[in-house]
Amino acid sequence: MNAATGSGVIGVLDLQGGVQEHLDHLCRIGAAGRPVKRTADLEGLDGLIIPGGESTCLSRLLNIFGLRQDIEAHYRQGLKLWGTCAGAILLARENIGEAPFFGLIDIAVSRNAFGSQLDSFNGQAIVPMVASEAIPLTFIRAPKIVRTGPGVRVLLSMDDYVAAAEDDQILVTVFHPELTPSLAFHRYFARKCGLHPAGDDAMGLDTGWTPQSWVRFSHHI
Amino acid sequence: MAENRYLLNTQLAQMLKGGVIMDVVNVEQAQIAQEAGAVAVMALERVPADIRKQGGVARMSDPDLIKAIKGAMTIPVMAKARIGHFVEAQILQALKIDYIDESEVLTPADEECHIDKTGFEIPFVCGARNLGEALRRIAEGAAMIRTKGEAGTGNVVEAVRHMRTMNREIRQLANMPAEEVVSFAKNNGLPYELALEVKKLGRLPVVNFAAGGIATPADAALMMQLGCDGIFVGSGIFKSSDPVRRARAIVKATAYYNDPDKLLEASFDLGDPMPGLDVASMPDDERLAGRGW
Repeated sequence: MNAATGSGVIGVLDLQGGVQEHLDHLCRIGAAGRPVKRTADLEGLDGLIIPGGESTCLSRLLNIFGLRQDIEAHYRQGLKLWGTCAGAILLARENIGEAPFFGLIDIAVSRNAFGSQLDSFNGQAIVPMVASEAIPLTFIRAPKIVRTGPGVRVLLSMDDYVAAAEDDQILVTVFHPELTPSLAFHRYFARKCGLHPAGDDAMGLDTGWTPQSWVRFSHHI
Repeated sequence: MAENRYLLNTQLAQMLKGGVIMDVVNVEQAQIAQEAGAVAVMALERVPADIRKQGGVARMSDPDLIKAIKGAMTIPVMAKARIGHFVEAQILQALKIDYIDESEVLTPADEECHIDKTGFEIPFVCGARNLGEALRRIAEGAAMIRTKGEAGTGNVVEAVRHMRTMNREIRQLANMPAEEVVSFAKNNGLPYELALEVKKLGRLPVVNFAAGGIATPADAALMMQLGCDGIFVGSGIFKSSDPVRRARAIVKATAYYNDPDKLLEASFDLGDPMPGLDVASMPDDERLAGRGW
């Protein structure tokens, strides 16, 4: 059902973490975003973003909310998935030193591989598959992708780890495009979902974005 | 502190939105909290209810304890420094925890100055009773705000008062003609530039959690429905009769804060909550929220 819905709607798993930030970015590329909290919210999506937050916490909430099996079922029917940071950890087939959660993409991740919040950092890189311009990167208590399997394409390789990768149905980034003015990864994921996002990455960064843009999706505004 | 470091620190707080941060006094409690789905833990020697009962000077926790808890956790670890005690903050930064709470729950070390948080790389969360207090802390470099509430009472009334006050003042500011902003800022102690930003955004520019007196799933959902981004629970979990169930229930209620059927589910079979204290009859010198300025 998912592969051919053509609904143009991309869901953002709304249990905890950077939900509003992704909704703001989706709005900026002209895609319809939908917070996903319940089973019914998964119906008719072209893609689902599993946002950053705390992977341990998100895994507990996915079980409590009973969404785990539902997401797996929709994945088997073709739903495209994108995990940012904690989301990437949850999707990985191997999580060093811990049990994997969804285990849907053949990568190994090392959780919180840089250290504490004092080791969080910014950078930038050119990711040729995604955009021709350099993309700003924000790493917050980030994991590293330390192994990629044969069916997985590496999109961005850093010093001793992979920072972005994909297979046919899943995109993973250990950094947070939703915390930067770059819409390139959101457009890339939208195209992966069969959508035609507004704007062009050659235009560079989104000039309307600010670090507080997310508050327009804050639940009491 | 470099501008990008401050931004990274506000963004870590954004990643905690919708979550519950739990006070823990040992590794065992920290593991219970993490297993229940806490988004972070606050490592301390005594929960506020015990600080209140035992009296004396409450200080930064023993670094050994914080280090042991940090070693056992995959989620972020926070710890408290006394208001104005910038050396406790330096030590906590050197310990490489994830967030410092400059907290009125500990005995203030300075009755005039809060910590200059712009001088640190590590993020700070600070308590506030109203918009002016929140913006003064942000001006000093706080990357996250929480209500003060009245810690260690199991009574949510002060947290509600603080959140309603902030909301009311934000609405006033948002609807105010530009020429009234200067006097509103002056009369309420708002740093002017930040007042303009709040006016534009219609909310605080950083993440704002509820803290102080939250004891039940219903309390947590109440604070979320009032517009908080997440919840701190101090004494409410480990001073109740069944911490494991209560921790899980409060996590569930925070995530499902606007779904009464799920809130009902979360409220069944929890055992006894922590005993509560009446705040109205409490003498001023026993109130913690009045600490800080």
